[in-house]
Amino acid sequence: MSEEIIKAEGLTKIFNGNLVAVDHINFSVKAGEVFGFLGPNGAGKTTTINMLITVLKPTEGTAYILGNDISKQNTEVRNVIGVVPQEYTADEDLTGYENIILCADLYGIPRNVSKKRALELLQLVELIEFKDKRVQTYSGGMRRRLELACGLINRPKLLFLDEPTLGLDVQTRAATWNYVRMLKKEYGMTLFLTTHYLEEADALCDRIAIIDHGKIVVIGTPEELKNSLGGDIITLSIKQNVDITNLVKKIEHVKEVKKENDSYIIKTGNGEVTAPLIIEALRKEGYVVTKLSLTKPTLNEVYLHYTGKSMRDAADESAESVMARRIAMGRARH
Amino acid sequence: MSETNHVSTSKLHGLWALTNRELKKWYKAPVVFFLTLVQPIIWLTLLGNALNLGSLVSAETITFPPELAAQFTPTQLGALSQFFQGLSSQVMGSTFGTTSYISFMAVGMMAFTALFTTMFSGMSVVWDRRLGFLNKVLSTPVSRAVIILSKVFSATLRSMFQALIILIIAIPLGFQFGVNFTPLNIIGVFAMLFLICVGLSSLFIAINIRSTRIETPMAVMNLLNLPLTFASSAFFPIEKMPAWLQAVANANPMSYTIDGMRQLLIFNTDWTKLAFDFVYVGIFAFVLTTAGIVLSWRFLNK
Repeated sequence: MSEEIIKAEGLTKIFNGNLVAVDHINFSVKAGEVFGFLGPNGAGKTTTINMLITVLKPTEGTAYILGNDISKQNTEVRNVIGVVPQEYTADEDLTGYENIILCADLYGIPRNVSKKRALELLQLVELIEFKDKRVQTYSGGMRRRLELACGLINRPKLLFLDEPTLGLDVQTRAATWNYVRMLKKEYGMTLFLTTHYLEEADALCDRIAIIDHGKIVVIGTPEELKNSLGGDIITLSIKQNVDITNLVKKIEHVKEVKKENDSYIIKTGNGEVTAPLIIEALRKEGYVVTKLSLTKPTLNEVYLHYTGKSMRDAADESAESVMARRIAMGRARH
Repeated sequence: MSETNHVSTSKLHGLWALTNRELKKWYKAPVVFFLTLVQPIIWLTLLGNALNLGSLVSAETITFPPELAAQFTPTQLGALSQFFQGLSSQVMGSTFGTTSYISFMAVGMMAFTALFTTMFSGMSVVWDRRLGFLNKVLSTPVSRAVIILSKVFSATLRSMFQALIILIIAIPLGFQFGVNFTPLNIIGVFAMLFLICVGLSSLFIAINIRSTRIETPMAVMNLLNLPLTFASSAFFPIEKMPAWLQAVANANPMSYTIDGMRQLLIFNTDWTKLAFDFVYVGIFAFVLTTAGIVLSWRFLNK
């Protein structure tokens, strides 16, 4: 089996001949990793997923899932992936159990296998007590879990989660994160998820691609992305009224020192290690540190740095134009 | 998840799963199912009696003017009254092909219940799209054609069941079978219904699959509903319509469906007419099914 579970090559989707939703993106996802697509609404995340899960045909370029071309080997791709969509797709008129069996039938799994598997999965997502209740009576969190169970029915090698925690309360979100971690750890599953929650990407993903206006802006581990901003920031003040800029600069790991009023702003790759070194070095010279704080960059800052706007701005950014874009895409299909 | 995947390649597996999903929404919902049964009873008893044209000329409705009555003896008057009543069933017979209007109308109703049911069933595809179910199904190995066919079949099965209920209910209400009716004819009736339902539901699904709002199919249905119903032989024979309406009714596939069913159930069967009905409806069904499935399939493969 190839090490690359997903390999996208110039993947592009243009709706109605002019609306570029996904613009020549390239990336690859390795076996066993949790890969996150991070971006504001309308950035092209769902369109990318829809192409990867063979619901939409790429306009240009293609992607390979476990070596199968998504535009040509549809069936092979569909058999090895599981999909947990953004929406609640379970049929409200059917029970949880019936819904899972329906999913199993769609994959052509024989009844004797699917019955056993359905119960296992309902156990896994803690819905076994409610299996014969109609989905109508389920709460939002329960419905999410049911979607997850449906997505796992064919024992996929690769699971797609489209905005898995959208609109969930804090507890349910935490529970969803735990499921994701468990699938990765215990089943060695590869997961591809989209989100517009930075903390979610940070907490779950091994690697993140930031996507904006249909293009991938940057790819890397959350640490790499944060470090690419220049690392942590240490702010410190000393008792003595002496300029220590040159002294601090010589300390290991320190990248940059700036004096602002009475405090020094120090950029470093690894704040936890550098801070004690600085204190130690200053004490040796007889200086007394009066204040010290350590700030770690968040993905929010990474996002801000790479897209030129914060997540919140992006959401506000002409809400109308984003809406218009979404509507146009909706019309175009899905 | 080490167990190997047991994947059957049978297309029927997914087709039945999806068809049954649609049907379950109907037969597993007691209220919906009950209303399905009650609706034809209401239609038949209300419309069948309200439009009972056969009762227009009867002993009660015939009163002779006194000056006319004075010229005849009571026996003669009785005979005259008998003559007019006989005339009534003669007129019914020559106009409707049967002396029982409720039989005439019940067959029309069977066809129209089929039309309505296919129309409404087709709307579920709009919800499937809006709720994301369609996309989920598209990401599974089920073929696109199966997704469309499951919609067509569930609508067809439901329509045929409803038509059967109407026929069963019509019997105690006075339904009169034709002279050369045999139970085998029922098979022909359902073959006819099958053709029209498959054709119509393929068309409606092709229309509905493109709309994201439920209002669009609603508008389309309202537009098609009345002309398809009344510009046909469902409630009134085509020969008695004005010429321009006859032209419309003669093109309407519903007319042929209904005529075919009447030939099989209540008329003194005219085999040439029946054969022509089958050919017309068959061609219509074939063209619409092909067009509908191709259009839907192309849409799903964008």
